[in-house]
Amino acid sequence: MNTLPIILWLKRCLVNILPMCMTFLFVLIGYLPWPISFFAEIAPAFAIISLYYWLVFRPDLMPYFVVFSLGILQDAISGAPFGLYAMVYIIIRALVINQRRFIIGKPFWVFWVAFGLVASIAGLLSWCLASIYRGAVLPTDAPLIALIMTVTLFPVIAWIFLQVQRKVIGTMGA
Amino acid sequence: MIKRGSKVTVIGLVLPVRVWAQRFALLGFFTLSFALIVFSRSDWTGIPQIRTTIVDTVSPILYVLNQPVEALSNATMSVENFFLVYTQNHKLRDENARLLQWVHEARRLGVENATLRAQLAYVPDKRTHFVTARVVADTGGTFFQSILINAGAQEYIRLGQAVVWQGGLVGRIVEVGERTSRVLLMIDINSRIPVMIQSTGDRAILKGDNSSRPRLEFLPGNSPISPGDWVVTSGHGGVYPPGIAVGAVAQISDGVITLQPMVEWSKLSQAIILDYGVNGILPPPERLPASSNTSK
Repeated sequence: MNTLPIILWLKRCLVNILPMCMTFLFVLIGYLPWPISFFAEIAPAFAIISLYYWLVFRPDLMPYFVVFSLGILQDAISGAPFGLYAMVYIIIRALVINQRRFIIGKPFWVFWVAFGLVASIAGLLSWCLASIYRGAVLPTDAPLIALIMTVTLFPVIAWIFLQVQRKVIGTMGA
Repeated sequence: MIKRGSKVTVIGLVLPVRVWAQRFALLGFFTLSFALIVFSRSDWTGIPQIRTTIVDTVSPILYVLNQPVEALSNATMSVENFFLVYTQNHKLRDENARLLQWVHEARRLGVENATLRAQLAYVPDKRTHFVTARVVADTGGTFFQSILINAGAQEYIRLGQAVVWQGGLVGRIVEVGERTSRVLLMIDINSRIPVMIQSTGDRAILKGDNSSRPRLEFLPGNSPISPGDWVVTSGHGGVYPPGIAVGAVAQISDGVITLQPMVEWSKLSQAIILDYGVNGILPPPERLPASSNTSK
C-alpha cells in the first residue's frame, strides 16, 4: 500500500492548522505570569498580532469558526464576559477581510499602520464592551500602554510569521 | 463549448452559496457572541461551567509554557540576590536580634495565656487548613483582575475561600474547576472587602478600581487615619476571615484614601488558599462536588 499520499495529506493538514495553533499559543502566552512589575496590566495583545497577520495573508486558514473559538478561549482564560473577545475577533476578521486588498502588495509601513488601526479598534471595542458589562468606566491608561506595546512589538512578531509562512505554509492558493 | 458552459454553471451555483455561507457565518457567530455575553450576565450556571472546562483543558499547556517563565524568574531573582546579599545579610542580622527579644516575650505570653485559658475553660479557635498552588495565568489584564491557580476541586478548593501570599491578602476564589481555580484579585473593580484600620479599630470597605491601589471607603469621618497605617480584614460579611493583612494606607487626598497592597503582584508566583471553614474541617472527599462548581 502506498502511504505517500496519506503522509502528504497529513503534512498538508498540519501546515494548514499551523496559523491557528500559533494564534492559540499566542493567546496563552499573553496570560503567562511574567515576573515583571505591572507587565500583566500592560501586556501586549500577542493574539491580535497573530490574528491580523494570518487574516491578511492566509484568511482561508482562519475561518470564522476558528476565530470565534480563539476568542472563546481568550474569554475563558481572561475571565472576561463569555463572548466578548469572540465578538471582537469576529468583527476584526470581517474588517480585515474587507480591507486586505488595500494592504497586500503594499510597503511594510502600510501593513504596520493598518495593524495600528486594527489593534486600536480591537482595544476600543474591548474597552467599551467591558465597561458596559461591568457598569463602570474602566481605566484607559493601561489599555493605551498595552496598545502602544502591541503596535511597537508588531514588526518583530510579523517577521517571525513571515519566516514561518515562507518556509512552511506558503501563500494562499499554493 | 458544452464543457466550458457546464463549468461556468457549476461555479455559478457554488459561488453564491459560498458567499451566503460566509455572510451567514459572520452574522451567525456575531449573534452567538452577543447571546453568550447576555447569558454570562445572567445567573445561568452553564457559562461558568464551560469556562472552567476550557481552562481545565488548557491548564497543562499553560503549565508547560510556564516552565521557561519560571526559570527566567528564578534566574532574575538569583542575580538580584547576588548583588543584594551584603545589605540583606546586614538587615537580617538586625532583624534577627530584634526578633529574638520577641521570642522571649512570646514564650512568656504563651505560658501566661495557657494558664489563663485553663482557668476560663476556653474553647480554642478552629484550625485553619491551607493548600499551596502555583499561579498558571495572570489574567490581571486591563479589564479583569484575576489569576488562575493549578488547584481545583480535586485539591478541595471551594468557592469563597480566601487566598493569601507572604502573609498578605490576594483575593478570593470565584471559580472552581477540577484542576484549576480562578482568584478574583482584591484590586478588581468587583472586589469589596470589609476591612479594619489596625491602629484605630475603625471599619471600612476596601473597594477595588482595577488600579494597583484600591480605595478605602465608608470610613468614619473622624477617624485619625494616616499614611502607613496597617489595614487588615475585619471578618464582617463572612467571606474573609478576620485579621489577614491587606496593606498599608498609601495616600490621603481630597477625601480619597488609597491603599498599598501588601502583596507584590509581579512576584506572585504561588498562592495559599486558606480554608477557615465554617465547620472547622474540610469535608471528606465523598462530600465534595463531583463536577466543577462555579460562581460569579
